[in-house]
Amino acid sequence: MSIQETRIVLKNIGKIDPYRIEDYINAGGYEGLKKALQMKPVDIIDELMDAGLRGRGGAGFSTGMKQKFTSESCQRCPQRYVVVNADEGEPGTFKDRVIMEQDPHLYLEGTIIAARAIQATKGYIYIRGEYHESIKATQKAIEDAYAAGFLGKDILGSGFDFDVEIKLGAGSYLCGEELTMLESLEGKRGNPRIKPPFPAEKGVFGMPTLVNNVETLANAPLIILHGKDWYRKYGTERSPGTKVFTISGQVNAPGHYEVPFGVSLQQLIDLAGGIRDGKRFKAALLGGAAGTFVDASMLDERMTYDNLREKGATLGSGAVIVMAEGDPVYDILHNCLRFFRHESCGKCVPCRVGTTQLVLQADKLKEGGGDKEALLKQMVRESEIMAGTSLCPLGQSPILPLESAARYFSKELCTTQH
Amino acid sequence: MSIKEIIKQFEPEQHNLLHILHALQDANPANYITGEALEETARHLGITKSSVYGVARYYTMFSLEPRGKYIIRVCASPVCELLRANEIIALLEEELKVKTGETTADGMFTLELSECLGQCQEAPSMMINDKVYNSLDRGRIREVLKSYRG
Repeated sequence: MSIQETRIVLKNIGKIDPYRIEDYINAGGYEGLKKALQMKPVDIIDELMDAGLRGRGGAGFSTGMKQKFTSESCQRCPQRYVVVNADEGEPGTFKDRVIMEQDPHLYLEGTIIAARAIQATKGYIYIRGEYHESIKATQKAIEDAYAAGFLGKDILGSGFDFDVEIKLGAGSYLCGEELTMLESLEGKRGNPRIKPPFPAEKGVFGMPTLVNNVETLANAPLIILHGKDWYRKYGTERSPGTKVFTISGQVNAPGHYEVPFGVSLQQLIDLAGGIRDGKRFKAALLGGAAGTFVDASMLDERMTYDNLREKGATLGSGAVIVMAEGDPVYDILHNCLRFFRHESCGKCVPCRVGTTQLVLQADKLKEGGGDKEALLKQMVRESEIMAGTSLCPLGQSPILPLESAARYFSKELCTTQH
Repeated sequence: MSIKEIIKQFEPEQHNLLHILHALQDANPANYITGEALEETARHLGITKSSVYGVARYYTMFSLEPRGKYIIRVCASPVCELLRANEIIALLEEELKVKTGETTADGMFTLELSECLGQCQEAPSMMINDKVYNSLDRGRIREVLKSYRG
């Protein structure tokens, strides 16, 4: 059964001028904030928690829970921070860019609501350095929000103060990991921190910090304005709401598509115009490089955090990279492994050495003779060890594409002439 | 603006370091951060030159070596590779007569690879300084390069 998009987060995209705050306000913007300012902070958190909002950066953790931990930790700390994770760098993912470039006030409003919820008076938006359009649109949105009284001292006469500024990344995938981002935000090398402590206890400048993704925050004004019951009309029991998927590769209409959680992979591909040149579907890489390959046996699976996890796949950031018959899985896997080698910061030896070794071994899979099946098994085993002995998600990621590619395409990886 | 004047625009706090490095690099026509700039930055922030160096070396967008006036960053993501970015890179190397990582003899262009540029709806993609170019093929690349060469 074919489906249509359900645009709630992306409802303004293409309909308003992102550089005009009036357009956003006329489309109902900042009404969620007005309502939030009338609510007790704890009630904002409860509303988001009961709505079942989960982090859209990839981990799918309860947003309300994260806010609760942050608001309750370290009562004697003089400052609490909100940090927006706008360091979108997962290959195949561009949902946050679309929101930042085309409806920046939506996630800015969500940021102010989150600040109110955890009673933070200062926030940072960490945007990757390559995203010039996102930076420009967000900067303008911040200036206009100050002028309109949505930021700064005594917001809309509520007595609540909140300041926010942009911080720039400079080309490091790893800085999208929340603790590494905090190091970078402090002006340091992007090396991950040991956790615990989590940002909720000890984040930027050692203070309790809420780190939320752009798309996550873009959901908050809608939930506050329309309520949890409205929100739960979309999606499934454990993954309520919608998700912005970015579908790319061998489809006729690659792009961003917002649908309720629970649609199938086949429906998503159909939404993106089906496979190019009338070819057959071969594979998809779900969730980017730190994601998993699936084959045609997964086409009817429902796209929710939990269902995919149970089936050994990931939803991650919502990236869906589609491959058609004839496309070599080996090349895409090799690309992912080279990417991890380049982005490893070098702090943990198993990751630094392991990411290099995996590329060399992948080369051998292509070139060498010998027992390739044994080599592939060894690679999966080594990536398991890396996952168990590395501090941050980077060293824990190569196993995802590697193990899933081996699961579905072992024969191809071990036998074909590339 | 001189190096000192650029740095003075920022409060002397380490969390401004990446912004200072961006500003210094952007103001340099050869798109890099000089040894003198590192030293002045360290002095302004009251930290060692080695820690400024360590940060500048860590991030892919920063360079400590002179580069071209225009930095071409070709997206090396799996999506672009699937849609033949390798041919795009080979074509750029041929057109510019450089290898990836090198600067053209006239100092105009430096050819680099980038992590996913998030333009997958119209892959393959590249950036030249601040501008994004999508749906690249042979004709489009020649046309874009021509517009820069004038």
